[in-house]
Amino acid sequence: MTTTLELSPSPDSWLSVCEEARLTPGRGVAALLPDGRQAAVFRDRSGRTYAIDNRDPFTGAQVLSRGLVGSSDGRPFVASPLLKQRFDLETGRCLDDDGVTVAVYPVRLK
Amino acid sequence: MTTPTIVLVGHGMVGQRFLEALADRGVTERARIVVLCEEPRPAYDRVQLTSYFSGKTPEDLSMVEAGFLEKHSIELYVGDPAESVDREARTVTARSGRVFAYDTLVLATGSYPFVPPVPGKDARGCFVYRTIEDLLAIEEYARTATTGAVVGGGLLGLEAAGALSGLGLDTHVVEFAPRLMPVQVDEGGGAALLRTIERMGLTVHTGTGTQEVVTTDGAVTGMKLSDGSELPTDMVVFSAGVRPRDQLARDCGLTVGERGGIAVDERCRTSDPAVFAIGECALASDGRVYGLVAPGYEMAQTAAATIADEEGGDGFTGADMSTKLKLLGVDVASFGDAHGAAEGCLDVVYADSRSGVYKKLVISGDGVLLGGVLVGDAEQYGLLRPLTGSVPPVSPEQLVLPAGAGAPVALGPSALPDDAVICSCHNVTKHAIGQCSSLPEVKKCTKAGTGCGSCVKTIEKLLPAAVDKGLCGCFSYTRSELYEIARTLRLTSFAALLDSHGREEARGGEGCEVCKPTVGSILASLAPVLGIDGYILDGEQAALQDTNDHFLANMQRNGSYSVVPRIPGGEITPEKLIVIGEVARDFGLYTKITGGQRIDLFGARVDQLPSIWTRLVDAGFESGHAYGKALRTIKSCVGQTWCRYGVQDSVRMAIQLELRYRGLRAPHKLKSAVSGCARECAEAQSKDFGIIATANGWNLYVGGNGGATPRHADLLAQDLSDAELVRLIDRFLMFYIRTADRLERTSTWLERLEGGLDHLKDVVVGDSLGLCDELEALMAAHVAGYQDEWARTLDDPERLRRFVSFVNAPGAPDPSVRFVPERDQIKPDLTILTLGRTNSTLEGATSR
Ligand code: SRM
Ligand SMILES: Cc1cc2nc3c(=O)[nH]c(=O)nc-3n(C[C@H](O)[C@H](O)[C@H](O)COP(=O)(O)OP(=O)(O)OC[C@H]3O[C@@H](n4cnc5c(N)ncnc54)[C@H](O)[C@@H]3O)c2cc1C
Ligand code: SF4
Ligand code: FES
Repeated sequence: MTTTLELSPSPDSWLSVCEEARLTPGRGVAALLPDGRQAAVFRDRSGRTYAIDNRDPFTGAQVLSRGLVGSSDGRPFVASPLLKQRFDLETGRCLDDDGVTVAVYPVRLK
Repeated sequence: MTTPTIVLVGHGMVGQRFLEALADRGVTERARIVVLCEEPRPAYDRVQLTSYFSGKTPEDLSMVEAGFLEKHSIELYVGDPAESVDREARTVTARSGRVFAYDTLVLATGSYPFVPPVPGKDARGCFVYRTIEDLLAIEEYARTATTGAVVGGGLLGLEAAGALSGLGLDTHVVEFAPRLMPVQVDEGGGAALLRTIERMGLTVHTGTGTQEVVTTDGAVTGMKLSDGSELPTDMVVFSAGVRPRDQLARDCGLTVGERGGIAVDERCRTSDPAVFAIGECALASDGRVYGLVAPGYEMAQTAAATIADEEGGDGFTGADMSTKLKLLGVDVASFGDAHGAAEGCLDVVYADSRSGVYKKLVISGDGVLLGGVLVGDAEQYGLLRPLTGSVPPVSPEQLVLPAGAGAPVALGPSALPDDAVICSCHNVTKHAIGQCSSLPEVKKCTKAGTGCGSCVKTIEKLLPAAVDKGLCGCFSYTRSELYEIARTLRLTSFAALLDSHGREEARGGEGCEVCKPTVGSILASLAPVLGIDGYILDGEQAALQDTNDHFLANMQRNGSYSVVPRIPGGEITPEKLIVIGEVARDFGLYTKITGGQRIDLFGARVDQLPSIWTRLVDAGFESGHAYGKALRTIKSCVGQTWCRYGVQDSVRMAIQLELRYRGLRAPHKLKSAVSGCARECAEAQSKDFGIIATANGWNLYVGGNGGATPRHADLLAQDLSDAELVRLIDRFLMFYIRTADRLERTSTWLERLEGGLDHLKDVVVGDSLGLCDELEALMAAHVAGYQDEWARTLDDPERLRRFVSFVNAPGAPDPSVRFVPERDQIKPDLTILTLGRTNSTLEGATSR
């Protein structure tokens, strides 16, 4: 039996992303959303999954899925691979620049 | 009222200190100050004299702050010694013929080195060790010498021996006493010192006197020793003690001691109240001549205070002879009653002849610490010296046992009383240090730590909590400490390291963007010895790598990647050039020659990387590691094969080295170059390791850097054969990888390395730490285990699965990666990137 990871790009709709096993703990993948937006999907060491917008607001590049996952004070974050700003994976808030936030998408395993 | 004149004879360490003390007291404003200085330069730090051989310039050693003399209107006559004093007329006559009338005369003429009256002592090749001029002469003569002998195994003799050995001479020390440093250390300490010094390759002859210097045509060729043997040597340095320079005082009828020294009272006045004597030339009121700088400084203060009419203070009644030195890299300290002269005193001794550590404390019957000797490990000196004269708060054995043995010593400088003198050079108490908040501030406000420097460690411990040197929020260890932990405990995963050695609050967590790649790199460097696969993208390793390593390519500003195949030495066949051109054309990539003699192909989407590399690998290319903290390129010049000036085949060597070190993961990137002659067309001296051909082989330079803070590389070794060169680079690189911090290029690492280039030479050339075999073995394992990362990636469909733009649409290209034309090639379409940009500016973003 395989588990599939799904995310919700808009209220009440779920999109199947990939098998959970495709996700390397501590890394991300990008998913293409039906309206052309992109999501960055992550799994951490303890198996929790997260999805935020893939677009790095500081450079405009669709790259957050390729950043490194870490934790600070117990909260998971991803550091942008371009200029290294960190984003909280649960809230989308930028930890290095108040006032910058990226969208967060609900995720579930099926 | 006329302005009084103060004449100072001798501008040495104590003389300068005296001038500063006068200035502090405002005396310079109301008196004319004349200084007669015999040496060709103003006062310099004689204590640090030997550091001239480790690269300090005479200017670095100067003790006179810029503008000091002008500010206080001090007249300094350099190179013009005093020749006579007329005490009746109160005048001093200098060699130049100048005559100065004085109201107060201060003699600070120091000492001269004692040269035993043996035949041949004045031959060419005989030297003393006291002034910068002496060192310049020694350095010059040593160029043509291969063997050197030092007469005298005391403090200065060993320092001179270290210098000769550092100049590459086969060095002998001849000491009359039965042990080294007889004045400072006891028999056990001397034995520990002897073993360590012999291990460094010096030959020591104790219990032997010098009878004659053997000469041929007026130049030294050897020495006859009192045991009848003859020691062949090209030069001799006499360091058999010093004698006070009291001739001037004798000639004008001042009282001098029976065994020399200008007799002074507690206020440093000589037998003539208008004349003072301070420093090494003075015979203090306790009947001793002090050959150390700290007591001299105290005399300078006392004399200045007296002249300023401050009768307060205790005057100078004597000082303790405590010393801490680093002799040839060995810590040696003695303090208080080191020889246990007091009646009924007891010893507590710890000795470990394997490590050359010897520690002795002298304790009185009622438990008062009287003094001690520390050899090999003098860490505790800063603590013990101020405790002298009191009953230590913990038992004496706890004070001498090494950390880790027995009960831990809970005693730190915090246990010291407020009036404990922490810096004996400048007589600064713990209380005074407590008024400052940083080391620079302490040095500026109290001068503590600016003399011999032995108190600096203790001062640091007294200051508010030192800055956290930990790697990041997850680890309190530095990179090099983590390297050692992983190596010795054989920890093979990031999770194991974080959960066992992370900060409490970070254990079980994810780590962060700083420690993950750092540990990833450490594990990659150690892979062959830990028995793990060095391929960096499998298993947990995959999650540690920076984005660039993760895709084995460099991410560009629009999320596309650049591709840099390795072109060893910059040499490439036309066929391969054509392949690169074809690949670039077929995938529509922007092409540029890099600053590293290779070719960069820009604008590849992540899903194109495997097909691009399939073409390149098929044509014989390998990863160029432009993405990794690893060996980048080894540039070459065309060299002897074609160039009319070349003396070696620089291209062959560059290729050989690049193939050897390719794939080597390091704390930061590594760059190198090989030039075929001294014209240096490959710019080797700006590289982490650079090689320049000579008629006899290769010169190896290390620690060079271009970039933001350029640094010229330092010469590590000369005229090496091919094999010697490779072996030395192996050692150098592995030592760097082992000890450098995260993102520390070899240049900054070398600047930070304690002992600098000399220490590096000791370790990698002289094998002073006995590490070289291990370093070479590590490199051999790396070379044997190297495999091309791109070839291995292409071989494995599982590994290739990551190279997609979208996990849920594997075939789809990323629509946000688009290009527009420029100068017949492409460039990123920046309008896509700026679309919907938040108001936060890019400039605010820092890369970490
Ligand atoms: C491509 C190239 C510029 C070019 O078009 O010529 C280049 C490009 C980059 N350099 Fe460089 N450097 C390039 C030669 C150099 C040189 C010249 C040389 O090697 O002879 C230097 C100065 C020499 C030196 O390093 O001492 C140089 C000093 C730097 C530095 C500053 C390093 C320093 O110690 O101060 C950085 C930043 C860093 O590494 O932290 C840097 C960083 C970079 C990065 C990796 C910036 C980044 O993080 O994205 C660039 C990415 C390359 C890419 O995407 O492919 N690059 N860079 C050159 C590639 C050479 C090669 O074939 O591998
Ligand atoms: C290699 C070395 C290492 C040392 N290491 C240490 C150490 O670790 N710790 C320590 O405490 N001490 C050390 N010392 C000793 C320390 O340097 C001396 O104690 C200190 O320099 C004494 O200062 P001074 O001013 O009395 O004499 P000096 O510094 O010798 O200065 C006297 C000056 O007077 C000049 N002079 C002499 N006669 C005349 C004249 N007639 N007219 C004009 N000028 C004259 C001399 O040329 C000289 O420049 C070391 C010494 C050497 C050589
Ligand atoms: S460094 Fe010397 S050998 Fe090499 S190209 Fe320049 S001149 Fe010729
Ligand atoms: S004890 Fe020498 S500088 Fe402080």
